[in-house]
Amino acid sequence: MTTPTDIQNEIIDNFSLFEGDIEQTLMYLMDLGKKLPAMPDEHKVDEFIVKGCQSKVWVFPKLEEGKVQFEVDSNTEITKGLLYLLWSIWNNQTPETILSTELYFIDKIGMSRMIGTQRSNGFTSMIQKMKAFATLYHQQSNS
Amino acid sequence: MILDINNIRSQFPILHQQVNGKPLVYFDNAATTQKPQRVIDALNKYYTLDNANIHRAAHTLAARSTEYFEQTRKAIQQFINAKEDAECIFTKGVTESINLVVQTWGRQFLQAGDEVVITTMEHHSNIVPWQMICEEKGAVLKVVPINDAGELLMDEFEKLLSPKTKMVSCVWVSNALGTINPVKEIIEKAHAIGAKVLLDGAQACSHMEVDVQLLDCDFLTISSHKLYGPTGVGVLYGKRELLEAMPPYQGGGEMIKEVTFAKTTYNEIPFKFEAGTPNIGDVIAFKYALDFVNALGKLNIAAHEEALLRHFVNGINEIHGIKLVGTALQKISVQSFVLNNMHHFDAGMMLDAKGIAVRTGHHCTQPLMQRFGLDGTVRASFAVYNTIGEVDILIEALRKLANLNN
Repeated sequence: MTTPTDIQNEIIDNFSLFEGDIEQTLMYLMDLGKKLPAMPDEHKVDEFIVKGCQSKVWVFPKLEEGKVQFEVDSNTEITKGLLYLLWSIWNNQTPETILSTELYFIDKIGMSRMIGTQRSNGFTSMIQKMKAFATLYHQQSNS
Repeated sequence: MILDINNIRSQFPILHQQVNGKPLVYFDNAATTQKPQRVIDALNKYYTLDNANIHRAAHTLAARSTEYFEQTRKAIQQFINAKEDAECIFTKGVTESINLVVQTWGRQFLQAGDEVVITTMEHHSNIVPWQMICEEKGAVLKVVPINDAGELLMDEFEKLLSPKTKMVSCVWVSNALGTINPVKEIIEKAHAIGAKVLLDGAQACSHMEVDVQLLDCDFLTISSHKLYGPTGVGVLYGKRELLEAMPPYQGGGEMIKEVTFAKTTYNEIPFKFEAGTPNIGDVIAFKYALDFVNALGKLNIAAHEEALLRHFVNGINEIHGIKLVGTALQKISVQSFVLNNMHHFDAGMMLDAKGIAVRTGHHCTQPLMQRFGLDGTVRASFAVYNTIGEVDILIEALRKLANLNN
């Protein structure tokens, strides 16, 4: 099965094709966002909103057979692309895998230069939200 | 006089740089304007040669910095045609200027049941302070509605006026829409029922001729950094009799005449409202921004900016999928718009990738955005150093964005 490391390496390879061209990179991110499965509107409630993002961002988790299934969405396309990156790495992984993943791709693709400080902070909030759900599932399975 | 824009641009070093590999196109002037070299030089000179705390010192540097500081006050007086320079109080910006009025005039003169009238297109800085004092005093905040073009409904304004109205606090020019409000008429009608008028001049003062005596406004707020001057400096103009009747804003040094532990008497205006060491260097440099604007002439600046706005609106009207927000007949060079196929945040980032700086979001006017059923817009705002060529770059970029197949 594909590991978070495999996916991160693939992301790094794909982004390197743009050689730092920000416009092309943003277009690519918007295209990636379109690949996300649709998130049902009934899951887009306050409990699943990611705070600290300028855009509206939702992360809805459920645990199925020991693996976390994430539904994610945003009202802006570039943010959906960012969500896609995290989703592709962490969806259908165990809580333990999610918690032990070091997201080294962020620095390698020059994320902060690409999206600026404000969105980088929002991106960190998305990561924290997904990890918080993984922590919850991990604690539940150990109790 | 037709302005030599190349010459003007040469006075703004910041404009001559690349952003994301493209020449910077700076269209976020309603948020803050760039600073001409003479303003930067004045700041440098102040800290290199003149720095000293102003007023009350016996030495040469203090005398010099005091003189320069007060020269800016005189320059502001002339800029807005106030009767006397003592009617011009330095603050840290328009937000503080409004809060000063609310916390002194409002606290002294507003009572339960009184009414304060604002408009739908106010910046949050002219909504929230009034909400706070109205809540505290049991006064009522009334809001003048607008039409779909973003113009005040003056009939509705008149209906809102009553003997209970104590204050009309109204934006002269909308930061989000560019609408120029009919402030002369507003002031006359408000005065006719005995209300005072505060004009938020944050956007207006860099584009419009200002004559507070002709307007007869009771208060006017001015922002330095939207007027080619440094950040951290604003002005509150107020009529002498009002300023004298108002209690002090903050207590501290400078604002006193005599302090004993039993009682303190307060200084004369404007010092009564200028507690503590002010932002001396930036105030001094602000004068050079006023000189810059005066040398070009407001009418010439407005004519150039009008040409930029018209060129932009004509270009955008030919692009399918972009809707203009704010189409008042009387406007300054600010244009909000939304793209059908793209969120304003995404559009802002895509434009930045092309070196184009615009503002996106609610522009600190959330109630106005709600009026239009939007959560935000893209806003391009033009200043005297912008060119038709730059506007074409934006139009072309937007044409491509609007055609992206989302």
